[in-house]
Amino acid sequence: MSVLHHLLAAVLGDFLASLVLGVVFLMGFLTFNVLFLIWLERKVAGHIQRRLGPMEVGPHGALQTVADMLKLLSKELFTPVAADRYTYLLAPILVFMPTLCVASLIPVGDAAAFAEMPYGLIVITALSGLTVISIFMAGWSSNNKYAVLGGLRSVAQVVAYEIPVLLSALSVVLIAQTLDLQRFGDTRSWPHLFGLPLPYVVVEPVAAVIFLIGITAETNRAPFDIPEAESELVGGFHTEYSGMRFAMFFFAEYTNMMVLGALGATLFLGGWKGPLLPGWLWIMLKAYAVIVVMMWARWTFPRLRFDQLMSFAWKLLIPLALANLVVTALVLGAIA
Amino acid sequence: MPKQLPVAEPLDTYTLNMGPQHPSTHGVLRMRLTLRGEQIVVAEPVIGYSHRAHEKMAENRTYAQFLPNTSRQDYLSGMIYNFAWVEAVEKFAGIAVPERALVARVILAEFNRISSHLLWIGAFLMDLGAPTPFLYCWDDREAILFLLESVTGSRLTYCSGRFGGLNRDLDADFPRRAREVLSKLKARWDEYERLIEDNVIFRSRAIGVGILTRDQCLSYGVTGPTLRGSGVPYDVRKAEPYGAYPRFEFDVPTRSEGDVLARYVVRVLEMKQSVRIIEQALEALPAGPILTPDSIGVKKRLKLPVGTQYYAVESARGHYGILLVSEGGTEPYRAKFRTPSYPNLAVLGDVMPGNYVADAVAVLGSVDLVMPEVDR
Repeated sequence: MSVLHHLLAAVLGDFLASLVLGVVFLMGFLTFNVLFLIWLERKVAGHIQRRLGPMEVGPHGALQTVADMLKLLSKELFTPVAADRYTYLLAPILVFMPTLCVASLIPVGDAAAFAEMPYGLIVITALSGLTVISIFMAGWSSNNKYAVLGGLRSVAQVVAYEIPVLLSALSVVLIAQTLDLQRFGDTRSWPHLFGLPLPYVVVEPVAAVIFLIGITAETNRAPFDIPEAESELVGGFHTEYSGMRFAMFFFAEYTNMMVLGALGATLFLGGWKGPLLPGWLWIMLKAYAVIVVMMWARWTFPRLRFDQLMSFAWKLLIPLALANLVVTALVLGAIA
Repeated sequence: MPKQLPVAEPLDTYTLNMGPQHPSTHGVLRMRLTLRGEQIVVAEPVIGYSHRAHEKMAENRTYAQFLPNTSRQDYLSGMIYNFAWVEAVEKFAGIAVPERALVARVILAEFNRISSHLLWIGAFLMDLGAPTPFLYCWDDREAILFLLESVTGSRLTYCSGRFGGLNRDLDADFPRRAREVLSKLKARWDEYERLIEDNVIFRSRAIGVGILTRDQCLSYGVTGPTLRGSGVPYDVRKAEPYGAYPRFEFDVPTRSEGDVLARYVVRVLEMKQSVRIIEQALEALPAGPILTPDSIGVKKRLKLPVGTQYYAVESARGHYGILLVSEGGTEPYRAKFRTPSYPNLAVLGDVMPGNYVADAVAVLGSVDLVMPEVDR
């Protein structure tokens, strides 16, 4: 890595070289990660449904998603005649960007994130809201009624569920006294039991559950997958997309899961801190634990109806998250 | 005549064409939905995409030649439809059926009913967005199909009925295998209840949704579990008993709510009753021939006496009737099939308005449509 960096720095200068390497490494990592996650999802689904999942391509089907990717690469890229052409082409490209930016902000070690920021959490919240714009672009520009419905549902859903996510994150911020994700790994500010530092989930279980529900909804995953509810809206916002353009949305969903799972791990599960193993492995393991819970929910529950989904967010989750925040503040005030 | 659409105000409503190719229209139903936002204003089922002219075909075939067509009307409970045709012809021609065949028919038909209901539960939950129960149900259904295949040789489109019995006898090992399947099924009821019925999301999607009133059902001629979910205890097996059914004890489960959950519960209870019937029938299965010795084989040409007759059975979807008009020839002059899914679908135009699109899918799934049976 460092040799490569020196070589590139000679040509591009130090800053650009770091940027290029960072982006390439991050994208490469996320892509392979998505391939793994899709395989994992199919395995989890298979075992929940009393079957084996993919078994044929590679050992235990490990190369199945690679084969699927190759198939998608060879598909025709279809553009509907009546589509809003440029918006239609731009949407699958844009959908990837915010997630990528967020991924660069997640700390993976004591002094290691691709981009460090003192207000990392705010930037993440702002950026992760952008994904919905490209989803809506996709739905709108396809000029298909199912896609428009999917896009509209998506906007309403993400707007509603961002609030509880933010509120539950805020209650941890109150305890940690920082918005810098790097400092969430500072075990000195963690709650202690018999001198042992414990992750924030121990003192904020309600916020952790709300956060989990919120990110499940934000990534459009079942039981909140109404923007792409296949039994109602065929394919939802990506009905008219084919080949790699469809794969981009698919990729973005899984990357989003990974990134938000890692964010949840950072906020509630102690981030990269853990005994024995290196930091990057700990954060991955914790993020995967969050993701497996999301997969478990997806393959167990039916889908909520749209109005039920909205009232669940506005009438239950948001008041609950607010109450949790107030209680946290009061308790902290009392202790101080 | 298609129903006249109310004049839509500009920009207020729009039309969404759901189907004929859509993941949850169960084959080739087309729903022309007029929507305001996501709320349904008018729902108009458009049918005929799977019309194969079974009634016309019946006029051009001998009674035996039409046998394979029967199970292709409703491919999910084909056994019942096959036996209905056979029993109708037997009744009009006055062919005696051996005891063993009568009881065996009940066993096979009830197994087929359970497999049909299991598939329905899976597909219905799939419509609600839960993919896992589908595979659980298919796992159980597979055991039944395997059992039926061992007797009839086919998995879905059975053609084992013969005028005067069955084409093949149940082997000596059949009761043991059948009991094995039953005990496997019975071990599953609790799991289904925990996974599906007790689920909060399922209940919120099912309770109070798509309410069919008793009067609506009766005026449209709705039958089967859909009717029994609205509180009318009508079951052809009880109302006009046929075959060996009067010998067995079973209840007709009903629910008075008429919503999606009621239709679900009725079907689950019905499967339990079918298990009860099969258990009794396995006990009572007499020895003897499976086919009457003076049976008219499929090769010979059977002639029915002149006249018009009607014969009805309870299929997995409701009242299935066969009207046969014979002029004394080897082929029926006219055969009319009263298939239960047709009125069950027709009533939906009354139920859908006011619901959301997501509910439309749930309601559509809850009446258990088989489109080839609607179109015939």
